[in-house]
Formats: sequence, C-alpha cells, structure tokens
Amino acid sequence: MFQLTTHTPLIFQLMQIKRNIALSDSGFIFDPSTGDSFSTNPIGLEIIKMLKEGKANEEVKALIVKQYMTDEATFERDLYDFVNMISKLKLSENDEKEKD
Amino acid sequence: MKKLQYERPVIQRLNVGVMNKFGTKTEYAPVTHIDGVSVKGLIGKHGSPLFVISEKTIRQTFKDANRAFKTRYPKVQFAWSYKTNYMNAVCNVFHQEGSWGEVVSGFEYQKALKNGVPGSKIIFNGPDKTETDLRLAINNDSLLHIDHLDELYLIKELAMDMKKKPRVAIRVNMDTGVYPMWDRFGFNYENGQAWDAINKIMLNDCMELVGLHSHIGTFMLAPSAYGVAAAKLSDLALGIRKKYKKNIQYIDMGGGFASKNTLKGSYLQGVDASPNFDQFAEAISTAILNAGFLENELPLLILETGRALIDEAGYLLGTVISNKRLSDGRRATIMDFGVNIMFTSFWYDHKISPAQSFSQYTEDAVLYGPLCMNIDVIRENVTLPPLKRDDHVVVHCVGAYNMTQWMQFISLRPAIVLIDMNEEPHVIRKRETLGSIEGDEVLPNYLKDFKI
Repeated sequence: MFQLTTHTPLIFQLMQIKRNIALSDSGFIFDPSTGDSFSTNPIGLEIIKMLKEGKANEEVKALIVKQYMTDEATFERDLYDFVNMISKLKLSENDEKEKD
Repeated sequence: MKKLQYERPVIQRLNVGVMNKFGTKTEYAPVTHIDGVSVKGLIGKHGSPLFVISEKTIRQTFKDANRAFKTRYPKVQFAWSYKTNYMNAVCNVFHQEGSWGEVVSGFEYQKALKNGVPGSKIIFNGPDKTETDLRLAINNDSLLHIDHLDELYLIKELAMDMKKKPRVAIRVNMDTGVYPMWDRFGFNYENGQAWDAINKIMLNDCMELVGLHSHIGTFMLAPSAYGVAAAKLSDLALGIRKKYKKNIQYIDMGGGFASKNTLKGSYLQGVDASPNFDQFAEAISTAILNAGFLENELPLLILETGRALIDEAGYLLGTVISNKRLSDGRRATIMDFGVNIMFTSFWYDHKISPAQSFSQYTEDAVLYGPLCMNIDVIRENVTLPPLKRDDHVVVHCVGAYNMTQWMQFISLRPAIVLIDMNEEPHVIRKRETLGSIEGDEVLPNYLKDFKI
C-alpha cells in the first residue's frame, strides 16, 4: 500500500558522509564497503569534505557562497540536488541509520 | 578576495563495461563561436533558440562534392534539392555555385522560378504534380520526371492540347541490395514496368524522353548500392539506344547520401560511419563508365544531393530553461528548443556542445524540449558538463530538413541567421510572431464576443 513518507527532507538534515570512504584530491571517491568508485568535480569534493568534517548544510552554504561566484538560491538548489545524489549513491550514513 | 568561478557540484558512479569499445562520447569542448561570430552575441541579438547557417561550410562542402565527381566523370551537374532546405538565401548560395533546382511540388517550383532559376534548369520530381503545375512547367521547358502512368497520360494529353513537346524522364525504382527497397516512387526495373513506361513514351511523338532518374533511399551508408543503381540505369539507357537509336541525355542518380550525423542505435559515430563524397562518386562513375557507352555518348550525370551538402552547415543555438532530477536519479535538462523545430532528433543523436567553458566533469543527462508533450525528447542520453539555467548550447548538423519540416506547435518558430563568407551575420528569416500564425485565420463575426 502507498504510504506517505515522513522523512525530513535531506536539506534540513545533517548529512553524515560514511566515515570509511576514501577521497583523493582529484575527486576520485572509493567506498570500501561496496567496492564502488565515484567521481566528483572540485566543488563537489569540497562539499563532501565539509560534510565529512560534520559541517551542517547551512554552514556549507555560507562558506561556498562566500568563496564562489554564485548566489544563495542557486547554490541551495544545487546543494539539495547534490545531497540527494549522495544519498542515492549510498554514500551517506543517514541511509544506514534509517535501515536500522 | 576574488571569488572563484562557480560550477554546479556533480557526482557520478564510475562504471565499467560501457556499451561499445569507444566508450560514451563526452561533449565538453565548448563552441563559443561559429565562423568567428560569438554564440552569446547571436543569441543576445536574435533571441534563443536560433538557427545559424554557415555559408562558408556550404560552399566548402559543395566544392568537395563537385571535385569528387568531376575528377571521376566528365559531365556532372548538381541540382539543389529544395525540400531539404528551401530558404531562398540557402538556395541561391547553391545556385551561385552552379546548381540547378530540383523541386517536388508546385510551391517549390514557384520558389525556384522566383529565385531566378531558368525553367529549363528546374527538375520537377514527385508524385503530386497538378495540371496547373504541369502546364507551367511544360511552358517553361522544365524537366518532368514522371512518377506514375496517370501522370504520363496527363502529360501526353497536355502536350497535345498545348502543342508542345515536353522534355521528360522516368523515375525508376529497383533492387539495389539494400533494405528497405524504395519501390513506391516511379516504375520498377526488375518487373518490366520501367520498360513499359519507356515504350509508351517512345512510341508516341508527344514527349521527348531525355533522361532516366532514380532515388534509391535516404541516408544511404552503402556507396555500392549507388553503383548497382547506376549500372541498372545505364543498362536501360543502352537498351533505349539499341532499340530506338536514341541517346539518353542524362542519368539522374537523385539524392540520399548520408551526412555526418549519427543515426540512433548506430555503433559508430556518424563521422566514422558515413561514406565521403569520393566513395559515392567512385561507385557511381565507375558503373556508368564501364557500362559500355561510346565516349562521345556518355550521358550527363545529375545529382540531387541535399542532406550531405547542407546538414553540417546548420547549427541550432539554444538555452537551458531548467534542470531537474528524474525519479530514477537521472539528470534531466530542459532546453528552449523542442522536436517541433528539430524534427531530426527523432532519428539522430545530434551532437550537442556547450557554448561556454566548463571543467572536464560531466553528467549523463536526458535533454528535453520545452513542449508540453512527453515525446519532446532531444537526446535520450547525453554526457554533458553541469549546465545551469541560462547556459547556451550549440546543436550541430541541423541544416537538412529541420527548416522545412519544422512546425509551429506550442511555440513559434525561431529566426534563421546566415553567416556570410566575411563572417557577417544576416537574418534570412525573421522570428515568427503571433501575427505570422493568425494572419490567415478568419474568425466569424458571431464568435467574436463572449461572456465568462
């Protein structure tokens, strides 16, 4: 039966990147638990590093907007899409917790 | 502190075992200028979307085709296929290069005449020539390519009535070893229909049989099929020579040469899969030269090449409306041009380049048009840099058929700009307005008022 999801949208959550994933400076990502590898661009790498350090989305937003030629609305939309992709690619620990 | 250039964050899983040995084609080399003219500037001045035609590419491609045939065969004549792109500016570039006109309707015939093509240098093809069209073409001494027996009898009747002797050819269809065989146009070679039509023309004095015509298919990837067709038409011409002591003046091989576009489902990219003009020229000229004509009786070789001469000269400039994520995680990018103005996206995987620079990071995406129609898909799968709203793209190889098969559906048709040999842009067709669409509408008086 169809059920309405009660999950909090990811943008409002603290995104916890899996602790054991390996990040290289060139944007190559390796997940040892699944054997999957990924590629991200420099700004993506920067965001993942911030999230891995435990920074909240709001904090990430403020830092990126300060550093790059973009506005808050544009970056918020892109960040929302990016964290969704991180979750879809099973690189976040939030998904693991939900499973428990 | 100077801020850094922003690019949308992207992440993708790295897959092994891609669909073919060349991997997927990634388009991140930006095309910022066309023939020295800025894409951004063109869009700024003429709006988006915008068709752009390079006169330099047209002339260069024509010269390449002309060289390929003229170095192999002594008598060659190109006739510009109006249905492929009948913008007057485009037609006249080909006419300036020496092309005759090849038309398939009364409307196209009028266009060719208006452009200044002498009636005797217009080839009239197609199954639907009305009595009015035929009378005009007979008066102008045009070359009438007969498609069916009803047309043959109508021309005979008109010739008697007008006391003129029209110059005619028959269109011949045949098995050239390719599938599908185009047998709906003209008279069949193998079952004797072609000879039947030839006899009916030769045995009365109302018409002069001057040529034989074939058009074996479209986007042909096998030059050998043209060799077979040229051999069969030569056989008919030599048979006429033997039976009626009459030399056929020309053999018209029609069109159908593939352009450099990539057909959907093709293993190779179009630039690798499509034969070049030299390969087509070699197959055709070898077949005619070896058929057995005397040196001074070789027929003129006419070519109605359309697509391969104009496709690469055409570009479509467009702008990103929005990005979204589909339910399965795929990126979807919505462009401001759809299948209504790019009909060829139904059968080609058009090359699409960004018009501004990006890093080398890319994403797989589906490109949609702006129409409120599910079928409005420009590319089902394309690897592009992270485009954002208002970014521009350049679609390549859109010169053939799009500017004649386009339709006003949901949105109006864009302007067309021709960039001349000196890299100066000229508007050759204005952007449509509501007036262009409503101009021919008639609203009955009783329907003018209403209350809601």
